[in-house]
Amino acid sequence: MMSNTLYRDVAVSVFVLLALITLPFASDNLGVRDFIIFVSAYGLLAMSLNLLIGNTGMISFGHGMFFASGAYAFALMMQSGQFSIPAAFLLSVLSSAALALVIGAICVRLKEIYFAFLTLAFQMLIHSIILSWVSLTGGDQGLVGGIPRPPFLGIDLSDNLHLYIFSCAILLACVFAMRQLVTSPFGYTLRMIRDNQERAAFLGIDVFRMKLIVFVIAGSIASVGGIILALFVSGAYPNFAFWTTSGEAIFMIMLGGTVTFLGPLIGAIILTMLSDFVTVYTEHYGLVLGSIILLFALVLRRGMLDSILEFWDRRRAPSASHELAGEAAVDARD
Amino acid sequence: MLAIEGLQKSFGGVKAVSDLNLRFPPGSITAVIGPNGAGKTTLFNLITGHLRPDHGRIILGGEDIAGLHRVEIVRRGIGRGFQVASLFSSLSVEEAITATVLSHRGQAGIILRRFPLATSQARAEEIMSLLGLLDVRSVLSRNLSHGDQKLLDIGLALALEPRVLLLDEPTAGMGPDERWQMIEKVQRLWRSERMTLVFVEHDMDIVFKIAETVRVLRGGTVLAEGVPDEVRRNPAVIEAYLGVVHEEGRL
Repeated sequence: MMSNTLYRDVAVSVFVLLALITLPFASDNLGVRDFIIFVSAYGLLAMSLNLLIGNTGMISFGHGMFFASGAYAFALMMQSGQFSIPAAFLLSVLSSAALALVIGAICVRLKEIYFAFLTLAFQMLIHSIILSWVSLTGGDQGLVGGIPRPPFLGIDLSDNLHLYIFSCAILLACVFAMRQLVTSPFGYTLRMIRDNQERAAFLGIDVFRMKLIVFVIAGSIASVGGIILALFVSGAYPNFAFWTTSGEAIFMIMLGGTVTFLGPLIGAIILTMLSDFVTVYTEHYGLVLGSIILLFALVLRRGMLDSILEFWDRRRAPSASHELAGEAAVDARD
Repeated sequence: MLAIEGLQKSFGGVKAVSDLNLRFPPGSITAVIGPNGAGKTTLFNLITGHLRPDHGRIILGGEDIAGLHRVEIVRRGIGRGFQVASLFSSLSVEEAITATVLSHRGQAGIILRRFPLATSQARAEEIMSLLGLLDVRSVLSRNLSHGDQKLLDIGLALALEPRVLLLDEPTAGMGPDERWQMIEKVQRLWRSERMTLVFVEHDMDIVFKIAETVRVLRGGTVLAEGVPDEVRRNPAVIEAYLGVVHEEGRL
């Protein structure tokens, strides 16, 4: 059974990647490619945040700092001209992991709102450093001047098609890695911590260590999202580290759902589409988007994907026990 | 052997446990009884590392475990069932027990393999069979009946393969029939697992039926101890515990 689910996930990942690769050949609409690159970046931010929120019960308000650290580290290394893209990519993720390790070691000891506020405080600290260290980060102008993209292994990321395929491949690799994480013994340990941290500790689980590990993994994956965005916009900007970036990731999770694995990615698609659509028709972007998010919070509390699948499960389950089965199915899908 | 020596714990000015000395021989089944506020749950909290003692030693297998982190205490072989079942609401019975077995075997942090691992499943199967939970193995913890939740709570503690199992009111909140079914299961697992079992219980029929020895606490100290018949006839116990002496002078 174990290997079956693994093979299924590999097969689905390969199939989706092939479908995404063929998409540009079916349509030469550049907007679709750009949309998917953008969703790849923010989807990774939201999904990695959901490792903390949905899987471990740690609500972080500062996840955007790792998105920014990945983008800035990568952009700085590439602008220095001393690194190839794979080396800069790897080093940026490692440096973000190191940052997450230091910040996580301080934050994960705290629970609930204290944890949330401390992560927010660290994010604002990093945002302030970016703004004030002008000689390194470009201050409020960001790292302008573009990111050099020397070809490697036959891949030229200055070509939009190559960048699109690269982004899709990285997205799917990270999604697959996160899928592996949540279906592993470690993933179940995180669920135990989310459900009942005290009991988990009484059963001998080193809660601090497990939380720190997932915090570092989530920070690392968020940094990959930041790198994709840095490549896409050819720069890194202070708003990547502003609290609104973390807020958007939380909105994506709210829109898509926390329980179903792909919920945050669906949320990223919904929010990006809404942003694109609403800005075309009105300048009151925030008002419309806020109303839609409020509607989700009040009506579809579990997020779109969780609600749809729960509805579907209830219809399929025998009437006498449909509520129970629906809950079980939603949880089993996790 | 689990031994408590000179254990003390105060909350503010109130002594919850005061110079407590107890011995629980290996493989024994012992009831700890006493009126509310006697210090029974505090004793369990001290043994399991949930509270830090002010003074005294808790000796397990020759080692003083007093004040160790609770993770370390679990690793040394102390398991605990709670008065109110403390479970993982989104996990099924099988998932919860299997995950606990994995954690006990130091495999909780494995990422590169998928849950569950075959070796842990066998042990989880044994525990579910022992506690009669096989029929509800796929049911989420939050959807279990009260009795099954208590059994799962014990099952989680059993997954740690404890040398000493502490059960805090295993029959709390159950009807008469359910109580006896539960206690038969507790007795059966004690026999099959050959562990030291210490339980807190308010139902005296249950206490005197299954306990080899009874320790009576009052005000955080030992009021009396001995085999059930001795304790049952002890006037100090009767007076302290019930405040009433029956005609035949028994609890």
